[in-house]
Amino acid sequence: MPRLLSFAVFFVTWWIASLFAGDAKLPPPPIVFEAMIAEARSGDLFFHLGATLARVTLAFTLAMTLGAAIGYLMGRVRLADRLGDPWLILLLNLPALVVIVLAYIWAGLTEVAAIAAIAINKLPTAVVTLREGARALDAALDEMATVFALPRWKKFRHVVLPQLSPYVAAAARSGLSLVWKIVLVAELLGRPNGVGFEIGVAFQLFDIPLLLAYSLSFAAVVLLIETLLVQPFEARSSRWRPRAA
Amino acid sequence: MRLEVDITGKTFKSAAGEQHDVIAGVAFALEAGEVGVLVGPSGCGKSTMLRILAGLDHDFQGRVSRPAGARIGFVFQEPRLLPWRSVEENVRLAAPRADEAKLSALFEILELKAHRNHFPGELSLGLARRVALARAFAVEPEFLILDEPLASLDAALAARLRDEIAMLMDGRSMIALLVTHDVDDAVRLGDRLLLLSPRPARVLADVPIRTPRSKRGDAEIAAIKLDIMRRINGDHAERDAS
Repeated sequence: MPRLLSFAVFFVTWWIASLFAGDAKLPPPPIVFEAMIAEARSGDLFFHLGATLARVTLAFTLAMTLGAAIGYLMGRVRLADRLGDPWLILLLNLPALVVIVLAYIWAGLTEVAAIAAIAINKLPTAVVTLREGARALDAALDEMATVFALPRWKKFRHVVLPQLSPYVAAAARSGLSLVWKIVLVAELLGRPNGVGFEIGVAFQLFDIPLLLAYSLSFAAVVLLIETLLVQPFEARSSRWRPRAA
Repeated sequence: MRLEVDITGKTFKSAAGEQHDVIAGVAFALEAGEVGVLVGPSGCGKSTMLRILAGLDHDFQGRVSRPAGARIGFVFQEPRLLPWRSVEENVRLAAPRADEAKLSALFEILELKAHRNHFPGELSLGLARRVALARAFAVEPEFLILDEPLASLDAALAARLRDEIAMLMDGRSMIALLVTHDVDDAVRLGDRLLLLSPRPARVLADVPIRTPRSKRGDAEIAAIKLDIMRRINGDHAERDAS
């Protein structure tokens, strides 16, 4: 219920703002919805949303898997941390645009280049978060697992993973927003489809309803993913916490 | 099966880089079926010694020989349960081969029947200790280690838990080592008491108790306690007098 109210406030604010700004700069919600429906009817909306979503999924999975593995290693092994740290700082501070442009130059305007560039942008934040998680692992529980001779896989699943899950959730949430921001830049610069490509088109035509229609559709998709995937995962992995927030 | 311990020294380096001697010289042996008790003042290095005996700490001088591959049951001072797993899952994870009959018997004795599906965060310290005990006994240990299992419980609860531990240890042929600073608990549970000095720890006396645990009367317990207090205080006499 509070969520619905919060949506209502958003739309009302938008509508009022559009009255002041004028239709040309900020069209009111009905015009944007009309554009959305027109795009949905022609099938373009779903095609471009699908293309972007596929890129997000691939790049996100790639970055999270690699990032979690590297982060865990750096959190547990001091040598790995010392070796990896300069790379990490470099990657963290490398502007997304530089990575994308270089990837397109080196690998051509290809799907592989786009996905790799997006994944590389997300990778360092996943590493940093999971490294923190691996550093915070409880040594007392580790000793317990050793004394009771828990097999490696069981120890990982029941002792290590539950301790990392808040960090995984945090990395997933911040990662999803980051990937979705960067994927549009990658599409704008070098892909013939996707939400970013459509927004590029809308920009060239100064078609603000189209631009907003695509942005909002994708925002809705992200909101759905958050509600249906990320939050239930968090709730499940923290159900043992007495009265978690 | 036999546990032989001969630790000649253990130093510990503090964060500030200073060296501290924790153990000066501790040697003893325990046979299967025998309950050894390390009695000593707080901070004398008992927990450090247990970590060495359990194979968690290899950085010491001396020798520890315990049966190769022996199953260890360890009751840590803080219960060290997995907060994200239920009471039953905590026990089953450590003891995958324990069958339902054995688990229910354990839960029955330790009064945990109603708490099987609770998470550790929902338990009092006394209950959490019982879960840790259930876990240690469920693995059918050949070497059982109990680190202050009765500390920070009120007297009545401690007495009840002590009886439950005694009941669980009876009829099991294992090497058991208990650490406590409470002489009463030591005399009621142990077959052999090792009195330790303050840090760095060394053995002041090795006191066997010949009467079986269940046959010890109050008078005998009082007599042994008196003897032990005398030995401990004898060592401190000079310091106490000054």
